[in-house]
Amino acid sequence: MEISIAVLSAGIAASAAPLLLAALGETLTEKAGIINLSLDGTILLSAMTGFVIAARFDSLPAGFAAAAATGMLSSLVLVIISIYLGQSQVAVGFALTFLCRDLAYFLGAPFARTAGPQLSISPIPLLADLPFVGPILFHHSLVVYSSFLALPLAWFFIYHTPQGLILRCVGENPEGCWARGIRPRIVQAAYTLIGGALVGLAGAAFSLAIKPGWGRPQGCEGIGWIALALVIFGGWHPLRVALGAYLFGFLQMLGILLQDVFPTIPAQIFQVAPFPLMIFTLVLIHLGRNSKGKKLLLLRLLSGNAPGSLGKNYRQV
Amino acid sequence: MDSSASVSRAGSTLLQVIGIMILAAGAVCLLLIALDFSPTAIVGAMFSGSLTSWLKFSQTLSIWVPLLLCSCGLLFTFQAGLWNIGVEGQVVMGAIAATILLRLPETTLPPTLILIGSLTAACIGGSLWGILAGLLKNRGGVNEIFGGLGLNFVAQGIILYLIFGPWKRAGIASMSGTDIFARDLWLSMPAGWRVAPIALILAISVFLFSLLLLNRTRFGLRVKAVGINARAAQLFHIRPERYGLLAILIGGGMAGLAGGLQVIGVYHRLIPAVSSGYGYLGLLVVMLAGYKALPVPLITLFFAWLAAGSIQLPIMLQIDSSLSGVIQGACVLSALLVHGLRSVRQR
Repeated sequence: MEISIAVLSAGIAASAAPLLLAALGETLTEKAGIINLSLDGTILLSAMTGFVIAARFDSLPAGFAAAAATGMLSSLVLVIISIYLGQSQVAVGFALTFLCRDLAYFLGAPFARTAGPQLSISPIPLLADLPFVGPILFHHSLVVYSSFLALPLAWFFIYHTPQGLILRCVGENPEGCWARGIRPRIVQAAYTLIGGALVGLAGAAFSLAIKPGWGRPQGCEGIGWIALALVIFGGWHPLRVALGAYLFGFLQMLGILLQDVFPTIPAQIFQVAPFPLMIFTLVLIHLGRNSKGKKLLLLRLLSGNAPGSLGKNYRQV
Repeated sequence: MDSSASVSRAGSTLLQVIGIMILAAGAVCLLLIALDFSPTAIVGAMFSGSLTSWLKFSQTLSIWVPLLLCSCGLLFTFQAGLWNIGVEGQVVMGAIAATILLRLPETTLPPTLILIGSLTAACIGGSLWGILAGLLKNRGGVNEIFGGLGLNFVAQGIILYLIFGPWKRAGIASMSGTDIFARDLWLSMPAGWRVAPIALILAISVFLFSLLLLNRTRFGLRVKAVGINARAAQLFHIRPERYGLLAILIGGGMAGLAGGLQVIGVYHRLIPAVSSGYGYLGLLVVMLAGYKALPVPLITLFFAWLAAGSIQLPIMLQIDSSLSGVIQGACVLSALLVHGLRSVRQR
């Protein structure tokens, strides 16, 4: 079988798009010092609402809006119980991820395996005809283009705008921000909600574009955990997080390709394999970073520190 | 503490529990009414599906056993301050380890000995899988949440490989699992029962053992000390890493036992979904129990009843059985909300 690099790269860009959106959303949230562990459930729930609303009103924008709203609603629970009522972010996130998952299956059951709209490929005129680069970058659906746009935007926002500075300050030292007249809880709540909206969009990106349709399983189960791992092992830097997302996309494409090469090995193995491979790749990078690896330039580039107050609730006096 | 203080504390705990129940039940009922389902019909169906005969109730108990075992294991890791999300993988590895012994070629060993051996193997399998996550944390600085999660995915890969590869059914490999074991390798079950009495006895003894170990021994105290303040524990010559590892070893053993019992007592073969999410559900149970041992049997029984009762829902009322998960999640979030409201008022 002939595999062209252009087709492979285009596949990676497409399959990594929702993961990238979710991971960037979580990066924003964690930069403000809040861990939103509910990603896996939230992606599933918003995939369901996105699909159902889009099918009911026969409108893709309505579907994406509903998914983003679902993501915000789910993170609102975290905002209330953790940021404002001081309960453990990890505990709330865990409970929320299981609640959202079952809620998605429960509410979505009547819509399983029904027909619904699907985002089509919209090639960018002229650019899509460029040799090699065209099919990789400019022959996709709007979801993939928005993931391409979200990455530099997130990077620029976090590191080169006054709002980004406030975001990072709150994550590092909320008490200090309070002293400077910034209200840390409002900032944390805002970025938790914005992150939730991006996670919601990632859910709709699955059910309306990458793996269209709704069912049990939908096919996006487990992605939320990968997104969470990417943020942590990517050192809370959007560009490294993106690198991880494309690596996962590569592993998934590889699984699909190898399935044809080794027909005797059951397909289920290839579907599951990218998940442990990804986690352990990240772990290996992490291990290398902790030990003597500091001298290697590559590993130094990959390392990053957690926001100072990550996971701790700010107690306002 | 004098008796009036303890009475008032018990009273406030009771008040909290009632508040949590009303909040969770209210939220779920509102959702059901909004969807045009009748909550009373659903509760009725769940009762008639799980409590009207011993056969049906023993179905609930058969879910209670693995859930109680996983939750007991999680008590240790939670008290040591660890988020042991790898229970699911530990259950799977326990099931695989038990199956290895059951698949030994024809031996002259008495079946009872093989069964005892395979349950022991299950404990060891679960423990080793747990220790792997613990070592990743201690030696590699990998957060136990992601180490455990990665190991869950690996365990899932291994069990799929075994069922579709070397242990596949004669003829065709399928998701329905391996070949069924010989009858004398099943845990004995009286007629009209859905749960093996030995499994029940084992689960209850494991719970009592956990209760004693955590609340009445120096070991339990040290585990708690590590969980509450690892740095202070170190000053008392308690090594946090060692106690974390011991906690995860014990927890893994209990999860592995659950996996082994599922194989020899329930399915009588190895199936891909052998863990059925009990590891994750156990996390919710222990959170709802406030990380304490005493309420765990009751909460697991309630959760098991929800799970068993909801199996009937699709047939009787065309309602998806994931409703039980919605109720369980709503309970835990309500508990967190009530605790949060209380802590804010006390401040």
